[in-house]
Amino acid sequence: MTGSLNVLGYGLATLGPGIGLGILIGKAVESMARQPEAAGMVRTTMFIGIAVVEALALLAFVLAFAV
Amino acid sequence: MTFVIASAEWGGEFEGSLDPIGSLFNFPAIIELSLFDVDLSINRTILIAWLMTLALAALFFFAFRDAQVVPGKLQSLAEMTIDFVRQIALDIIGPKGLKFVPVLTTFFVFILFMNVAKITPFLMLPPTGLIAWPMFLAGIAWLIYVGVGIKTQGLVGYFKELAFPPGVPKALYIILTPIELVSGLILRPFTLMVRLFANMVAGHILVAITLVTAHVFLPSFPVGWSLGVIAVAISPLVFAFELLIIGLQAYIFTMLTAVYISSSVEPAH
Repeated sequence: MTGSLNVLGYGLATLGPGIGLGILIGKAVESMARQPEAAGMVRTTMFIGIAVVEALALLAFVLAFAV
Repeated sequence: MTFVIASAEWGGEFEGSLDPIGSLFNFPAIIELSLFDVDLSINRTILIAWLMTLALAALFFFAFRDAQVVPGKLQSLAEMTIDFVRQIALDIIGPKGLKFVPVLTTFFVFILFMNVAKITPFLMLPPTGLIAWPMFLAGIAWLIYVGVGIKTQGLVGYFKELAFPPGVPKALYIILTPIELVSGLILRPFTLMVRLFANMVAGHILVAITLVTAHVFLPSFPVGWSLGVIAVAISPLVFAFELLIIGLQAYIFTMLTAVYISSSVEPAH
């Protein structure tokens, strides 16, 4: 069997951001359901949080092709 | 690509395997050009970028050429786009953000149009999937937020604010200052760049694999045919998903630039 170990590394690296995104979006949905009038603010903050958490997985994606 | 090798066995069109992933993005030069040993060749990516820029310019030119108080279809579309970005700027930066609406709108529509080339028939290649374009855009964003910070807080004030965030015990600065400097000056533009780039690369690979699967497996009737049918069936879903990603990435790039500008305009106290 041939292949690149980088791909395995990418798979491992998605675990953390995956959990993080799940918690983040879940909490955002929770707070939107609780206070629909704050939905706009929560959504903006949620996207900023997603952008930060996602960065780790994206770095791993790029590094999977590097080397 | 294992798919392609498998298809060759069953009578598909492709012989052997494809080149590495770069072959999906790098195209031979159509017109060879170079200036002072810098390669300026015109290839498919550049042509697509020119075409999309022209389309964008034409859209906004015709939308506002004869602006009415009661907007027509095209004008209200353009006005909606600008209003959308204006709302982002107002929400995140506040009243001072109105000054940055033009540059944020430019980012938004430019990235949107560059990305849309990914699912436009006959083009099917996002220029933003090549690292040069996101790097250039992130570089401009970096120049803007650092420049605005220096302009509003002064050269010393901005870097002091960046390196020594107030309200922290003095001893913590040993750890905090390097982290803040790296995250504020290097990591921010780097993640802006990589986010757009990686999303476009991943999306392009997804679209390419779906379409190549359909193209390769459909002709081989008895054996791999069902795989081709599945690929054709899910391709609208893939395209819809990509449309979502395209809009989201343009939105996130604009919004994060606004967030970085707001951190320069109004320092955290």
